[in-house]
Amino acid sequence: MEDVIIGLEVHVQLNRLKSKMFCGCSTAYHNSPPNSHTCPVCLGLPGSLPVINKKAVEYGIKVGLALNCKIEEETFFYRKNYYYPDLPKGFQISQYDYPLATNGHIMILGDDGAERNIRINRAHMEEDPGRLVHAGTIDKAKYTMVDYNRCGMPLLEVVTEPDLTSPKEARAFLDKLKSILEYLDVFDGSLEGSMRVDANISLKGGDRSEVKNISGFKGVEKALSYEITRQKNLKRRNIKVVQETRHFDEIRNVTVSIRSKVGAHDYRYFPEADLAVLRIASWVPAIKSTLPELPDAKRERFVAQYSLADDHAKSLTSEIKLANFYETVAKTASPKLAAVWIADVLKGELNYRDLSIESFRAEHMTEIVQMLDNSQITEDGAVQIIRALLDKKGDSTSKIVTALGLGKAEDDAVQKAVQEAVAESAAAVADYRAGSERALNFIVGMVMKKTRGKADAGEVHRLVKAEVERV
Amino acid sequence: MLAELRNRLRAESCEEHLLQLFERIEKSELNGFTTLARESALEGARQFDKNPGKGLLAGVPIAIKECISTKGIETNCSSRILRGYIPPYDAHVIERLKAEGAIIMGKTNMDEFAMGTSTETSCFGPTRNPWDKEYVPGGSSGGSAAVVAGGEAPCALGSDTGGSVRCPASFCGIVGLKPTYGLVSRYGLVAYANSLEQIGPLTHTVEDTALLMDVISGHDRRDSTSAEGERHSYLPGLHDGVAGLKIGIPREYFGEGVNKDVEKAVWDGIHTLDALGATWQEVSLPHTRYALAAYYVIAMSEASSNLARFDGLRYGLREGEDKDWHTTFSAIRAQGFGPEVKRRIILGTYALSAGYYGRYYLKALKVRTLIKEDFLRAFKDVDILASPTMPIPAFKIGERINDPLSLYMADVFTVPINLAGVPAISVPCGFSGRLPIGLQLMGPHFGESKVLRASAAFETATAFHEAKPEVI
Repeated sequence: MEDVIIGLEVHVQLNRLKSKMFCGCSTAYHNSPPNSHTCPVCLGLPGSLPVINKKAVEYGIKVGLALNCKIEEETFFYRKNYYYPDLPKGFQISQYDYPLATNGHIMILGDDGAERNIRINRAHMEEDPGRLVHAGTIDKAKYTMVDYNRCGMPLLEVVTEPDLTSPKEARAFLDKLKSILEYLDVFDGSLEGSMRVDANISLKGGDRSEVKNISGFKGVEKALSYEITRQKNLKRRNIKVVQETRHFDEIRNVTVSIRSKVGAHDYRYFPEADLAVLRIASWVPAIKSTLPELPDAKRERFVAQYSLADDHAKSLTSEIKLANFYETVAKTASPKLAAVWIADVLKGELNYRDLSIESFRAEHMTEIVQMLDNSQITEDGAVQIIRALLDKKGDSTSKIVTALGLGKAEDDAVQKAVQEAVAESAAAVADYRAGSERALNFIVGMVMKKTRGKADAGEVHRLVKAEVERV
Repeated sequence: MLAELRNRLRAESCEEHLLQLFERIEKSELNGFTTLARESALEGARQFDKNPGKGLLAGVPIAIKECISTKGIETNCSSRILRGYIPPYDAHVIERLKAEGAIIMGKTNMDEFAMGTSTETSCFGPTRNPWDKEYVPGGSSGGSAAVVAGGEAPCALGSDTGGSVRCPASFCGIVGLKPTYGLVSRYGLVAYANSLEQIGPLTHTVEDTALLMDVISGHDRRDSTSAEGERHSYLPGLHDGVAGLKIGIPREYFGEGVNKDVEKAVWDGIHTLDALGATWQEVSLPHTRYALAAYYVIAMSEASSNLARFDGLRYGLREGEDKDWHTTFSAIRAQGFGPEVKRRIILGTYALSAGYYGRYYLKALKVRTLIKEDFLRAFKDVDILASPTMPIPAFKIGERINDPLSLYMADVFTVPINLAGVPAISVPCGFSGRLPIGLQLMGPHFGESKVLRASAAFETATAFHEAKPEVI
């Protein structure tokens, strides 16, 4: 196995903010007509000037702190100069020296199953460019349209050190980062284009390629896997990997070389004199005090407070909404049972339907767990209730129980069925007595049939055994 | 003058007054105006005639430099690349002028993107000096200065990046102020070198400049470099005189390279102030000789970035068939910019390039700090500084246009002020033959009151501002 070295640059839209980075335009441009969320400032009209959205910087600092970064004494903006149609000023207001946050780290689950520390080089603020809409694929389009609605969206670029060793780890890092951002309530990952990734990848000792602007975590995994194969093939044929920028074609699942924006990548960074230096050190204590409990801490607390298995705790804390859902249920229902049913069953059912946790009501889950705990329904019944709710075949657990006849059979009825079944299965009883434990299963099956599945299989097994021994 | 005009217009007809100005402009050979906003101006005048209102500039017509954004009126910086661009918004200063009842007459010619000292690099051809049509009006706000001096507008706004208000004020015999950096909002001023420039008035009298400053200065939250604080009035105390005022004479601003007539007129001016009760002493601004180099590196570097947005995609020049992005925008920029603008973009791009940044841009910033410290040190001992605005009177059209270095050299006494961010005014102080000479008075940061007070005292004691060119 050859050593793979991966570093990521993750562009995160701080899309929980109300207004753009340097102007008052609303950030809610999704589902709006092209170029309808613009003003002289984000269109870079001659004479317009940027004004810093202070809240955006606060959000940036918040993320920096959550990524265990050092927050600089003071920070300021630079101009990154290049010509591109999505960039209406001919430069992007970004950061260079003295970015907001440096030298951080977060923990992820590595390929070997152990926790790995991934170092964060820096996190800096910048403005999002507009969006290009190509008429066809990027390399063959006859024309391209520009939508400046996205232009000026507050963007945080998180840059890792080259600490990741596989596409799967890259994915794990992105999952963790997304989780933290959503915990901080600065980011909504459900919006299109809210997180875009540039990935640098090389084989040990070789030159690196940069795959730019990959959207979607699956895309990152696929693009990186393709690059590893491509670079290995080149190496096998003794061809040098060229240091270049590549584009990930999501349809063909390949990366293609694209011409770089500027030949030698000289962005001529220089300080943006239209914006003042921000002395942010004094902002930190107040922002720190607003930091919520983050995923790792919450997981530890879940294990301690609810006596959960670590993988259940991890699963439940992967998303803030899921964690909150769990805690609501665990308030009035058995925490351990709730963890199993939410993490193992509900999550799977949601995932199967491509739904988020918001599609399921915590009260329903509480009722289901309580009924299970009181043996009012069987496990199979619980699954059926969850499915019925998700598939909108009912909106009350008790009505579903009645409608589908999922209430556990009365004890008398079960006892009667057991007696009947044992009486009707002389051969099986004989086999059991001859030493075949498995012969009981036949009788249990008969009981289940008689009670139409409403009896608890384990309980039936116990009753059958007792009945056989008695007669 | 503006106060009198305001009162006279109440008694007479503003519309009539404007029609006379427009008639004069149409017959004019100065080429000072580029666009006339005839309809909207006349509409404003008719409204004033019906109901004059109480604005500080109610009914007062004003000319605006091409690089200041005016809603609905083409704003092209006298460059082909911006021809046809009609802004959807007003600059802060335009909003202020309108709020005080001023009437926007139209836009005035300038060096393309304010890059020049003569208004010769305009895509509309040169503006002529009202005192002698063979001569340049100075630049880059040459159109604004010429139309005021030539009687085509009672006042105007210009912008000053390295002397662009003061130079044409000096060459055209009027008053021009470059305010402290941050005093007037730059929102809507099309950037040439954004860390250096300010919008400033061009008027016949010091009092008019003070009145315009009362209107256009003050905090604007849309410009992050705009100074906070209460709006200040420059009119009260304007005529309190100069008794006890200490004037510094920077020795580096005299001597070699300064025209004899200019030197004499400026010293006469200093003696006039002395006679009025001020005292003077020699001071030194030792880093002056590095100012031009630092200025041009900074201005060109910033310009290379500020002018990057002009690619023809969203507004302005769009000629020929669209090809791929690089070919198309390169062709538009090749056609749209004039040679001086290209020269500065190329030099600025070079100065910011990897490997040269430290040698040029960063070094220029260090020099800038030293120059600012020169001024801060001098203002510990004196209240204001006095010097020639320009080392020479106006030169002939075409005389220097092919010698950019000699044009750059003419900015030697104006650019240090922009590097330091302090205010400076040019007031008429004499003539060289028929051509006016300007006295430059410089103050500490936000020391406009002192500068204006000294200028007003000088103006009251002299008659240079009353002289009129033959065209009037």
